[in-house]
Amino acid sequence: MKVGILQFPGTNCEYDTQYAFTMLGCSTEIIWHQETSISPTVDLLVIAGGFSYGDYLRSGAIARFSPVMQAVQEYAASGKNILGICNGFQVLTESHLLPGALKRNESLHFISQHHHLKVASTDNTFLQKMQKDAIVNIPIAHHDGNFYIDPQSLQELYDNDQILLHYCDENGELLNPNGSVDSIAGICNKEKTVFGLMPHPERAMERILGSSDGRMMLEGFITT
Amino acid sequence: MKAIVNISLKAGVLDSQGKAVHHALDALNFDGVTDVRVGKQIVLQLDETDATKAKESVIQMCEALLANTVIEDYEIELIS
Repeated sequence: MKVGILQFPGTNCEYDTQYAFTMLGCSTEIIWHQETSISPTVDLLVIAGGFSYGDYLRSGAIARFSPVMQAVQEYAASGKNILGICNGFQVLTESHLLPGALKRNESLHFISQHHHLKVASTDNTFLQKMQKDAIVNIPIAHHDGNFYIDPQSLQELYDNDQILLHYCDENGELLNPNGSVDSIAGICNKEKTVFGLMPHPERAMERILGSSDGRMMLEGFITT
Repeated sequence: MKAIVNISLKAGVLDSQGKAVHHALDALNFDGVTDVRVGKQIVLQLDETDATKAKESVIQMCEALLANTVIEDYEIELIS
């Protein structure tokens, strides 16, 4: 299985992501933002975390117009899986591949810490290996992770089972670090092919580094 | 022609920065401030001399890039 990982100027999690998927037995390819096509051999496309274009204007706003993004739109339209982590999630909302938007954290602070998450849905490729309501420990590191969506679109997310993860405490009670609507940490599109989350599963691959809970998440994508 | 674009969070979308500034003004004893909204201003120099065409073009820029209309409103002021 081959994983393509997008790299914009300012992306800084591409090699962590590459390391994580290599651990899971995948071949990987870093795809520079000036590329205008994505190889048909890529089975999963990951938009890695970081600060594309210095987060100028809004996080993800400039990256959305990079040459490679036209190919990403076509890749998405073909129904193949896309995973956006942190800045990748922001790029996906700015590109309208996912609904909603990510605002400045309510506290206005950059938050970098391990945080517990509760699995809201497993009826999707990404979290299929997990148990519903399972509590996992995954790092977050963001300034603009405050997920906003209007009430009507929020209802659609619930109706279509598009909410993947909620922020919670170690007992599974909702705990909101950044002001996100309903403590939402990750969502997918209606077709369940495009996934976005603020937490970093690729930074939670080995217990010696604090948590290996990210491994089970990413394993959902592994087909061979 | 110059276009001044003011971008702010939509009414109903919580403006944390505005709230923090409001608290700070309260702390400085500036009474009578009922609300604070923090936005951003983008100033564009345009070749276009026709105001209608200029406005149309700036609206397109706002919709495509300058504002995220999921959470933000924009206002355009043209100065010839």
